[in-house]
Amino acid sequence: MTRRQIFSIAPRGIGHQRTGRRINQRAMLFSFASLVAFVWLLVGGAVAQGGGELRFCLRSEPKTFDPLKVEDDASESIRYLTGGVLVRMNRETQALEPGLAQSWEVSKDGRGIVFKLRSGIAFSDGTPFSAEDVAFTMQRLMDPALHSPTGDAFRSGPGNVETKIISPAQISITFPAAVAGLDRLFDQVAIVSAHSPKKEMAVLGPFVVADYKAGASVLLKRNPNYWKSDSQGRKLPYLDAIELDVQANRDVEMLRFKRGEIDLINALDSEYFDRLAATSPQQVQDAGPSLDSEQVWFNEVAKAPIPEYKRAWFRSQNFRRAISEAINRADLSRIVFHGHAQPAVGPVSPANKFWFNTKLKAEPYSPETALRTLQADGFHLDSGGLKDRDGNAVVFSIITNAGNKSREQMAVMIQEDLQKIGVHVNVVTLDFPSLIARMTQTFDYEAILLGLTNVDLDPNGEMNLWLSSSDNHQWNPQQKTPETAWEAEIDKLMRAQASSADAAKRKEAFDRVQEIVYEQAPFIFLINKNALSAVSTAVHGAHPVILHPQTFWNAEQLTVGK
Amino acid sequence: MTAWRRLACALLLLVVSVSLAASWLAPGGYARQYREAAGAPPSAAHWLGTDEIGRDRFARLLYGTRISLLLAPAAALLSTLMAALVGGLAGYMGGLWARLAMAATDLFLSLPWLFLLITVRAVMPLNVSPMASVLVTFSMLGLLGWTSAARVLCARTRSLRDADFVRQARASGIRGMRLFWIHVMPNLRPALYAQFWISIPVFILSEANLGILGLGVAEPMPSWGSLLRELEGLTSIGEEPWKFVPLILLVVVVTLFQFVLSKQEEVAA
Repeated sequence: MTRRQIFSIAPRGIGHQRTGRRINQRAMLFSFASLVAFVWLLVGGAVAQGGGELRFCLRSEPKTFDPLKVEDDASESIRYLTGGVLVRMNRETQALEPGLAQSWEVSKDGRGIVFKLRSGIAFSDGTPFSAEDVAFTMQRLMDPALHSPTGDAFRSGPGNVETKIISPAQISITFPAAVAGLDRLFDQVAIVSAHSPKKEMAVLGPFVVADYKAGASVLLKRNPNYWKSDSQGRKLPYLDAIELDVQANRDVEMLRFKRGEIDLINALDSEYFDRLAATSPQQVQDAGPSLDSEQVWFNEVAKAPIPEYKRAWFRSQNFRRAISEAINRADLSRIVFHGHAQPAVGPVSPANKFWFNTKLKAEPYSPETALRTLQADGFHLDSGGLKDRDGNAVVFSIITNAGNKSREQMAVMIQEDLQKIGVHVNVVTLDFPSLIARMTQTFDYEAILLGLTNVDLDPNGEMNLWLSSSDNHQWNPQQKTPETAWEAEIDKLMRAQASSADAAKRKEAFDRVQEIVYEQAPFIFLINKNALSAVSTAVHGAHPVILHPQTFWNAEQLTVGK
Repeated sequence: MTAWRRLACALLLLVVSVSLAASWLAPGGYARQYREAAGAPPSAAHWLGTDEIGRDRFARLLYGTRISLLLAPAAALLSTLMAALVGGLAGYMGGLWARLAMAATDLFLSLPWLFLLITVRAVMPLNVSPMASVLVTFSMLGLLGWTSAARVLCARTRSLRDADFVRQARASGIRGMRLFWIHVMPNLRPALYAQFWISIPVFILSEANLGILGLGVAEPMPSWGSLLRELEGLTSIGEEPWKFVPLILLVVVVTLFQFVLSKQEEVAA
């Protein structure tokens, strides 16, 4: 594959003759004017007409091109590049910016929102955009038969969503109950056309799907009807096209980047990052801590097939806190992630500027404190090994998914850290389906080390994790009523923040949730990985950030050229 | 015994001896993490450098060699005995027994052994010590690896059953298992030796494959498989050449096992 050639220069001097001084002066003047025109075309035209072709890899096949059904990363990337949204969260400032809506207003009770839309906009196939399309999108999004993951975020209570078209450029949407962070949720809602014969393939975003080869690639081309222009009035996007190759193998992705066959790598592994940094430091970027975390948790499920005395350990706050205190997070960050990670504080990464509870600090590494904490529960050292008050040796297994090198290394380092307080850990690596079956169906495990990928800044996105009745309340899911007082308090706080439209009150409630999680340690948060990426020097205008999509969040302003 | 065979035996013995002296040659042990020297290149303190979490690579190589070289022959012995039992008896008894035994062998041969091993690992109890995981891994390899050898031994036994000296023994009144043990079995010995020696490198490589997938011997216990995982993602040989030492040792040992086979055993295999 070769880059598209932007300019071609014709041979000079054809038919040029010497005809005297005056003619020469005229010719010089003409040449100068031509040169000026050529340079103008070269500079202006380069940006406005030919921004080149950007190429990068999707790590899996996109499961859908319907923006309302998106649930996988590959489809999400395509939705981001092709979908037009009413409001867009700026991935760099984390602030909301107008999109298809010029302005919007959320009602005081948090149930309704009124959008004032831009006029004169058309979908990629020329179909005009109006409030009718927004109403149609909301109707489809909230249709229970569609099972839209994006729609689930809006389901605040029983009842229907009401849309009212005030004028072709104004629409009001009312939900049955308050939806926390309502306006931010629209960042994920790509508007689909109510009238276009192309249905969801007619888009309002900067690019349009031009070609799709199943299992191989997706070609996006510039949307000729995209509404946005830059500050100098030039039509966006600058790029002519984006080619997305489906490539699951990260080694191959890295090799292709080194060969110059692709221009970007998102979510780069720390090892690859360092390797690339050694040879091409100008091509790698560490944007700081991301929202992703790695954590360990113990099995606290009442019906889990584990010995009763072990369940008692795992349900003890002192035991969990002691294990947390005995883990050297700084070493995990420094050794496993080559310094491209930070010791985790709690469930919210410091990268989440608004929601992170700044009062909390990372658990200091202290085996001595850990032993003292354990003694409070009757644990004692006996010939170098830790025993509980009934004389049972403290031995448990940590499982993680086979093939994930960084998790395996973290587990082995934790194994040695805990050995220092007399705790014997067996590290078990399982294939992912087996691990998930043990975690969600049989509950046949003692401790698990896994990661949490967070794409949503708002705590509402974590409701399924913190509510004790939820399937994803990993340490003890599907509780009919909260089994502990602190879980009941988390339930209450999470529901309170979800039903409030007052940002300060929501923050106060979620700060308390973070404090409880820190004190109780149901999840022992280990590290927050840094957002690492690689961008070819041929790409201009890239500013990788911590939020998805790290490297191409400003795709409409990127250009590719030598 | 040829000179090559003698040399191969001597070198194998040397490798085994050095690995048995691991605790003396690498007193730090295979599990200790020198975290301040993680990923260090070779030095006087760490002859082959340290791995990514600071464990001495030389110590891990010695202990890993000990595990692979002691347990692969054990697994090979188990599989050869099973092959002798199933293949030998099927060939000797013939008829319906042979058909049933060979059908069972075909069934085992058609099993996707890698997925089977993954499944067995998944259903095993979680709290097993690293040493137990080593024993389970090699036992599984031994229990699943007898099939090809059983077919060879069945064919060999069938030809022996119809040999003149066996007919003569039968005519002399020797029958049943006595005939099998006294006249058939001793003549199967070259084939058994061959299958045994051939199986060892196969099991070493199988364990290495499982180790590369992260499903072999449990951490922190080293094996050649887990040591080879360090080569993942390495883009050039010149980058960190000392990481190739386990691979070189594996190739050398597997080659030495081939030299150990005598001409007669090679023919029998």
